Amino acid sequence: MLKRTLLLIVFLILSISLFSENDGLIFLENQTPFEEFAITGKDIPNDGGGGIEIEWSFPDSLDNFFLTVLRKDEAGNNSIVATDLLVSSKQVRDVSSEEDPSRVKDGTKYYYTGILSKKMVDENFLNMLISKENGYSKNGIYIFNNDTFYVTAETDAIISKASWFNLSRIPVVISLILISFVFLYYLNLAKSGKELYIRKINGLDAVEEAVGRSTEMGKPIMYILGIGYVTDIPTIAGLTILSRVSKKVAEYETKILVPSYDPVVMTTAQEVVKEAFTEAGRPDLYNKNDIMYITQDQFGYAAGVDGMMMREKPGAVFLQGLFFAESLILAETGHSIGAIQISGTTETAQLPFFVAACDYTLIGEEMMAASVYLQKEPMMLGSIAAEDLLKVFIMVLIIVGFILSIFAYGFNIGIFKNLFDLLVRALQV
Amino acid sequence: MNFFIKLSKIDRRFIYLFIALVVVLPLIFKPKFPVVVSKPVQDVYDYIEKLPEGSNVLISIDYDAASMPEQQPFLEALLRQLFKNKLKPILIVQWQLGAPLGTMGLEKIAKEMGAVYGVDYINLGYRPGYVAQMVGIGKEIRDYFKVDYKNILLDSFPMMKNVHNYNDIALLVGLEAGSTYLAWIEYAGGRFKQKIALALNAVSAPDAYYFYQSGQIVGLVGGMKGAAEYEVLVDKPDLAVAGMASQSYSHLVIILFIVLGNIAYFIEKGMKNKEGGK
Amino acid sequence: MLKGKGIPIFITFLVGMIMIISFFIPHKPFGDIEKISLNWYSIIAGFTMLLGVDSLIGMHFRKLKRKDENWFFSLVLILGFTATVVVGIIETVRFGTAFDDKSYFTYIYNYFIVPLQSTMFSLLAFFIASAAYRAFRARNFDATLLLITAIIVMLGRVPLGEQISPYLPKFTEWIMQVPQMAAKRGIGLGISLGALGVSIRIILGIERSYLS
Repeated sequence: MLKRTLLLIVFLILSISLFSENDGLIFLENQTPFEEFAITGKDIPNDGGGGIEIEWSFPDSLDNFFLTVLRKDEAGNNSIVATDLLVSSKQVRDVSSEEDPSRVKDGTKYYYTGILSKKMVDENFLNMLISKENGYSKNGIYIFNNDTFYVTAETDAIISKASWFNLSRIPVVISLILISFVFLYYLNLAKSGKELYIRKINGLDAVEEAVGRSTEMGKPIMYILGIGYVTDIPTIAGLTILSRVSKKVAEYETKILVPSYDPVVMTTAQEVVKEAFTEAGRPDLYNKNDIMYITQDQFGYAAGVDGMMMREKPGAVFLQGLFFAESLILAETGHSIGAIQISGTTETAQLPFFVAACDYTLIGEEMMAASVYLQKEPMMLGSIAAEDLLKVFIMVLIIVGFILSIFAYGFNIGIFKNLFDLLVRALQV
Repeated sequence: MNFFIKLSKIDRRFIYLFIALVVVLPLIFKPKFPVVVSKPVQDVYDYIEKLPEGSNVLISIDYDAASMPEQQPFLEALLRQLFKNKLKPILIVQWQLGAPLGTMGLEKIAKEMGAVYGVDYINLGYRPGYVAQMVGIGKEIRDYFKVDYKNILLDSFPMMKNVHNYNDIALLVGLEAGSTYLAWIEYAGGRFKQKIALALNAVSAPDAYYFYQSGQIVGLVGGMKGAAEYEVLVDKPDLAVAGMASQSYSHLVIILFIVLGNIAYFIEKGMKNKEGGK
Repeated sequence: MLKGKGIPIFITFLVGMIMIISFFIPHKPFGDIEKISLNWYSIIAGFTMLLGVDSLIGMHFRKLKRKDENWFFSLVLILGFTATVVVGIIETVRFGTAFDDKSYFTYIYNYFIVPLQSTMFSLLAFFIASAAYRAFRARNFDATLLLITAIIVMLGRVPLGEQISPYLPKFTEWIMQVPQMAAKRGIGLGISLGALGVSIRIILGIERSYLS
């Protein structure tokens, strides 16, 4: 009897030491807080490599719990991906970055494990789990210092790889091919000598009148390129119009002032004006100091240009480029000095101000077509015709989508719903 | 009749004088105007209310002193809501002259709500090259913001422990005076599927309706009126609500001038037709 | 002339094609090209500020030297510019950031920049009044329609409109979300296609007026 009791006591002591691998730690293998307690991982699609996405979907009642994600590589090295993530965040990305470029290597197998807890994870417990001696391949419930941690099973091997093509951009490729085809077709048509039509743009026809009027009054012309940079399309469009206006100014032997917002735009404008004066045969009239830098502050620029307008009193003011809130300040001041004003911008919010305050306004694409209109070169006219055809194509798409949506959601016809959803998915990038 | 004709040729400085009076006097006498909340503003508020406690909200200061009256009141109302709901604002700046305004608003409301820097909120300051940043934050925020606005390492702040990229940010709120929001929508929203809410100046707000209608932004706060609506929602009427009276009366005066101008126009036209008929 | 422009046109074409290709290929080195070029642009843009400062200071020094009309304001500009730069550098060294609460740079910002910027922006309120007064005449049917819509929207967007009628803000919202949006979308589509056309012309070398 005594022998049996002693054996039982020894057995109990041994059992306790088996269950508790360390002091203060109790482990219950293969126990989970709920069914499908797991995290999943996959390579981040359509990226340049070095990235794995870990996701989980736990019941909403656990939203305020914390999840710690651990990573193990092929060699068995363990590391921490992230600690104490809110369960409600549902995903985390393990990515290499400039700071840590070899965090996730392409082609290497990684295994991830999640640790769910009510409180923030204990550092000692974490260090214990990730140490090589102990490992954490066992999923289950750990009770450490009266705190409970639920550890998921390890994921299958996940390998990160770089994609050679971003599949989500297939609609863009198709559009690119279509657009290129249309442009090449019309450029060839223009080359073959076919006459292509461009409608009248009143603002551009008035350029000669504006420059002539200024010359008669003995006043300079002011050309304002707005507050864009040379990388902005409206600024480039403004520079091409500047080239034509400068040529006219040189022919009329008058002065042109170009106050600039950006130093690079100023340098480009100086070269454009110089070239235009040279083309008109009057390089002697070109004065570099007439194209000057004001400031890169929006309202500082407006104040500087307004001051210049009030002092120099130009006969014609051109506002061609990218404008924001300062547009009305410039246009109203120009109006107050009695100048003829020709404006153009792609900012739809500023167009009403220009229409109200200026004599002529180039709306959006009229400004883009300005260089084509002023030169009337066949190849350039070809590109305008191509744009028009693309516009027709977009209109057809809109009408098709509109009709489909009426039948799909207005009359609730199933097949049209599918067609409409297909159209939306096809156009999504 | 002569009065109307004289009115049509009125010196613009009289118009300026009327506008000045109509803007200043309500600020002195403070008449009250009830503010009704519109759906785009309500949507922003509701989205934030539903965010789980502890979520990170990235606030981008893309305005400067010129837009302060429209954006600063919204910034303060937004921060009050975030701190009240235990959400964590991360401030970044794309317009360098907006940096002190963002810092001022953040520190003022943080102090009011008892928030602790580095634990409940953080200010990462300004970095040049906003497009590169927007793309870069998609991978790792520390590639562009290694330190906060006082040059302290980001990793030394508890709240930044798990903030690496857009996946760790529940919402991006852009306070916009220009067109920087287009880049946020294109890069952060389009490429990285980041949820975005925008507060724009009144003049730019109509342009952003595209994005609100198509669901690319969760909501839109337009101008001082939008800021006033938000102040009402967070139950702390302040500068924006106070400005509503001036805004209302100045709109009324402009309408009055337009109507008088048109009356004068028709009278002159009638007189010219009569003379022509003779 | 074409020979001289041949190399820049080729460079434009090559860089344009590389940027287009890198948009579709995330794999190194293509995937990093966009980020690298954006970083290069930021660095170059910083240096181009030197060009601007040279132009600005040069122009005002010339005015000062020749004692042109209003030369005094040129002096104010040069002194203001110099003071701001010097104070900014000193305070950055002192506090780690020029915008510290106690720095003189913040003082300049709060008492010069903020009031000046706010004042310029506030001019819009006056200018819109005079522009609207001058431009909103019911000359024809379209102008009359525009006028009526403008009045409805102006009233509907302020609390006063809600006081006049609860339907006014709702009708305003409908105008903003339906007809206004339709017109903007149409213009926006045209602008995008126009920008596409300009970009293609530049990449293919058809548009050369931006080159010197």
